[in-house]
Amino acid sequence: MDWINLAVTLIKIVVLTFMVLLPMIAYSVWAERRVAAKIQNRVGPNRTGIPFTKWGLAGLGQPIADGLKFIFKEDFTPAHVRTGFFWLAPALTMVPALMTCAVIPFGSELNIAGYKIPLVIANLNVGPLFIFAIASLSVYGIVLAGWASNSKYSFLGGVRSTSQMISYEISLGLSIVPIVMIFGELNLTEIVKWQDSNGWLLLPFWGEGPLLPKVILLVPVLISFLIFTVSMFAETNRLPFDLPECETELVAGYHTEYSSMKFALFFLGEYAAMIIGSGLAVTLFLGGWSLPGGIGSDLVDKPLWLGIAHFFCFLIKMIGFILLFIWVRWSLPRFRYDQLMRLGWVFFFEIALANVLLTALILIYFK
Amino acid sequence: MLDLLFYIFATLSVVGALGVIVNKNPVTSAFSLIAAFIGLAALFIQLDAYLVGIIQILVYGGAVMVLFLFIIMLMDLPSEERRKFGWGPVAGGILLGCVFVVQLVRVLADYSAGSRVMQDLPVGAASDVEQIGKLMFTQYYFPVQVVGVLLLVATIGVVVLSKKELD
Repeated sequence: MDWINLAVTLIKIVVLTFMVLLPMIAYSVWAERRVAAKIQNRVGPNRTGIPFTKWGLAGLGQPIADGLKFIFKEDFTPAHVRTGFFWLAPALTMVPALMTCAVIPFGSELNIAGYKIPLVIANLNVGPLFIFAIASLSVYGIVLAGWASNSKYSFLGGVRSTSQMISYEISLGLSIVPIVMIFGELNLTEIVKWQDSNGWLLLPFWGEGPLLPKVILLVPVLISFLIFTVSMFAETNRLPFDLPECETELVAGYHTEYSSMKFALFFLGEYAAMIIGSGLAVTLFLGGWSLPGGIGSDLVDKPLWLGIAHFFCFLIKMIGFILLFIWVRWSLPRFRYDQLMRLGWVFFFEIALANVLLTALILIYFK
Repeated sequence: MLDLLFYIFATLSVVGALGVIVNKNPVTSAFSLIAAFIGLAALFIQLDAYLVGIIQILVYGGAVMVLFLFIIMLMDLPSEERRKFGWGPVAGGILLGCVFVVQLVRVLADYSAGSRVMQDLPVGAASDVEQIGKLMFTQYYFPVQVVGVLLLVATIGVVVLSKKELD
């Protein structure tokens, strides 16, 4: 039995990270370029399809071609870098981003021949904390890249990124405290189960219906959601907060000196962080894998089709959130650096603290 | 399986700790310290102390060490130069080491291996997060408050000091 569990976990790791997460990363790059093109009234990459045929498939072959290009490009290491750290840095951005997907529940459970397989790699009791802890390690990759490149642009990018990530980690952590208070639980699987039967946190309209305390709790939940989402943009270094790689000032920021697959790892690490962030937001606020309307929430034994439906429901919600990321990126201009810091320390930090107090008062009043 | 993992992570933390004092380059030292912290966190997690392990990574690995590294890089500290050993520090170090070894021997002499087996937490018991939280806000309520006040004082001190520099 022990060996079966181990094998199942290994299969889950391989399938969820390498067959779900990595293709999602590749195709969110494609989606980014296509959506950006649509927003700017261009066509975007729509030609690369099946080779030697006329089928373009709306450019769906583009990520594969890009990947091949990155692998076969010359991997150039400038002479003035600190070599060991220069090589370590890209790995340190990619690995934490992939590790965090261990606690995200991708679905409820698959009932295969009476053997129930929960679709989460590690069912920890400290889910969100685990994600924050491991994600905070990805700062090192960027700091190291900036420092080891031994160039002023890279260094400035690395310094900016570090201070930005440290600042916004605080509001990110504080913004989910009210959520944890409402659930009384840090286990992401249990959090989703709660939402499955009681309605999603942002749409508490099924289960027992819209009771008064639930509707009033929407106020702190909405504030939390806003702070969480905006902080997530800052954590993943995405526009409007992409100061660390601001082209007009810093060439390309911390990865100026990188080429080929090492550059690709930074690039993919950023997208991986974005996808995991979307997954966490969906899990905490939008009901994770639970179907809208609470369909099937009263079934104790979930049949196989329901498990598959849950899995795809989660993927669809996540893709929706990723599209939001892309939409914002191509709609808003870049902030100035002091504005960014002011927003984090003067507004979000205080609002998040006040929000914790507000939630506590509401919870005490309604019990 | 668990034994093997224990040896891997114990080696990681010991090698990391050694790396901190052996390396001349301050950045390499800082990274060795991070590796040691991560190994330690893994050991905590193996003991089912998930919260302690995660907090170890979150606070020490993620926050404290980033600041260390930041300062090292901003000041661009050079590698340590070969210094002449003074006898004072060496004697002090040897003395400290001896005191520690004596303590260790005393503690280990009283302890017979296997005499006290800790029970696993029963299935369905409250998670460690819940238990630590309950302890902190009942039995250790006063120390928690004192630490809170201490942190507040430190924060105010930082604000006052940095304001002074600006004027």
